[in-house]
Amino acid sequence: MEFVKAFIVGGIICALVQILMEKTKLMPGRIMVLLVSSGVVLGAIGLYQPLVDFAGAGASVPLLGFGNVLWKGIKESVDQYGLIGIFRGGFNSCAVGVSAALVFSYIASLIFKPRMKKK
Amino acid sequence: MANEAKRNKQYNDYVEKVTPKNNCPLNCAKAFITGGAICTVGQIISAILKNTGMEKDEVALWVTVSLVFASIVLTGFNIYPLITTWGGAGSLVPITGFANSVAAPAIEYRTEGEVFGKGCKIFTIAGPVILYGIVVSWAAGLIYFILTRI
Amino acid sequence: MVGKQSVKFDKGIYIEATATVVSEKEKEGPLGKLFDVVVEDPMAGQENWEKAESRLQEIAVDKLFMKSSYKKEDVRYIFAGDLLGQLIATSFGLKRYEIPIFGLYGACSTFAEGLSLAAITVSSGAADNVIALASSHFASAEKQFRFPLEYGNQRPQSSTWTVTGCGAAMVTKNKTPVRISGITTGKIVDYGVKDSMNMGACMAPAAADLIETNLKDFGVDVNYYDKIITGDLGSVGRTILIDLLAEKGIRIQNNFMDCGIEIYDSESQDTKAGGSGCGCSAVTFGSYIMNQLTTGKWNRILFIPTGALLSTVSYNEGESVPGVAHGVVIERS
Repeated sequence: MEFVKAFIVGGIICALVQILMEKTKLMPGRIMVLLVSSGVVLGAIGLYQPLVDFAGAGASVPLLGFGNVLWKGIKESVDQYGLIGIFRGGFNSCAVGVSAALVFSYIASLIFKPRMKKK
Repeated sequence: MANEAKRNKQYNDYVEKVTPKNNCPLNCAKAFITGGAICTVGQIISAILKNTGMEKDEVALWVTVSLVFASIVLTGFNIYPLITTWGGAGSLVPITGFANSVAAPAIEYRTEGEVFGKGCKIFTIAGPVILYGIVVSWAAGLIYFILTRI
Repeated sequence: MVGKQSVKFDKGIYIEATATVVSEKEKEGPLGKLFDVVVEDPMAGQENWEKAESRLQEIAVDKLFMKSSYKKEDVRYIFAGDLLGQLIATSFGLKRYEIPIFGLYGACSTFAEGLSLAAITVSSGAADNVIALASSHFASAEKQFRFPLEYGNQRPQSSTWTVTGCGAAMVTKNKTPVRISGITTGKIVDYGVKDSMNMGACMAPAAADLIETNLKDFGVDVNYYDKIITGDLGSVGRTILIDLLAEKGIRIQNNFMDCGIEIYDSESQDTKAGGSGCGCSAVTFGSYIMNQLTTGKWNRILFIPTGALLSTVSYNEGESVPGVAHGVVIERS
């Protein structure tokens, strides 16, 4: 059941973004920025966490979930450290995802060469 | 000048009309399947890790690391772009799309050197995501601080 | 000089030989068998895309010298260009020939710009033999104008696929079966289209303007030409061009052709609206179009490579994408 929920919720989020892309012709870079920022806002007003509790990876794997994690990190560090927390929570919470992307990408750049697109 | 603006507007409207559109329902279905599948993979990894007795927060982090890793390997073999060509938003929206956007310039710009090639260009697509993620969450944190402490 | 923007050459300006080099995808297209050289490796044995494009230029020039009766020493000038910033594909591709060079940027219209200037130079007596050349490479263009190739994205139906290839022509004063009898030089035409993924729409007004001007300047009608051939309008640009000209009472659909539509099979090769890039018109001209002329299937054509004038900076700063088109009248002599 948890897998079905993840599939459907994750799929719906992606399908909605696809509609947005088709209608607005927004470039992928802008879409990603929009998703993360929206995730922060949805997290802050308390709408996103319930979705994560319901759908698991279906809500946490999309970039909206990344924004939600950023918000959670900020909130926890404000609770714990006060005002200075707004300067540390963000990087703290996205550290794993960003570090993994940077480190693996760097390794990939040592191994793989640029290749031609077929399609 | 006014005439030109009018002509341009008419022309753009006309262009909009004659330019063929993507098949939106079909592309949405593809995005649904692709995105759903990637999230399900995340859920499966999560279930496996939970079985080992790992704590919930740590599980979520390992799911992220695994998906990022898988995406970057697929990017290296030039498979990830093919998935996006088919699945559109379905592979752009998940964290794997973010990873692809980091790995792609790293590989493409290796020919321009370690610092100004890979070093600068690795953030060309992902940089804005990190910047706005941090700025927006900072602002949200500030509001939260004001509302709760003052 | 005729009319507002055209030149008529009474003294013969001839095209003696052409050479074309393409890559795998172009070989698999409908014109595949007609190209002189096919370089299967998209990297052309080099270590980066920019050098690969330079290498295509080298191969094209070498091939041109093989097909032509003129040698390196006989060539007074090269007019050449590509799509990369500061024309690096051209600078590094042609440096070893030590032939005086004029570097050109006309976006995808560069090949016509080269032919036009070559014709003017030869007719003025400044040179006997001149090479016109243009190249583009899918990967180097994609890297410069869009995304790294490993990055996934979906291309809209109006987008085009940059041709990997280089075409070169030897323009001379000595008689051969095919001659350049006139040129019409286009002005920059901007109808305010901002969608860089719909370059056909950006360039069609420039092509329409050029065709109208050419017919007026030469005092002829559409049937004066066996074919009116645009560079890379693609299927969207084609529709628009035909409509724009129809509004002015010019009906070109019966003898119209677009290199971008001919070079790929858009269904099976998934190239959406067609091919584009300076190489698109240059290699189609050097192969199919020259064949049709030398075999006498066509007697006279109006060849109009079209260019979309944008950079990543102008695009990010919210500018529109103006178009330019240059016409060359080519006929059997």
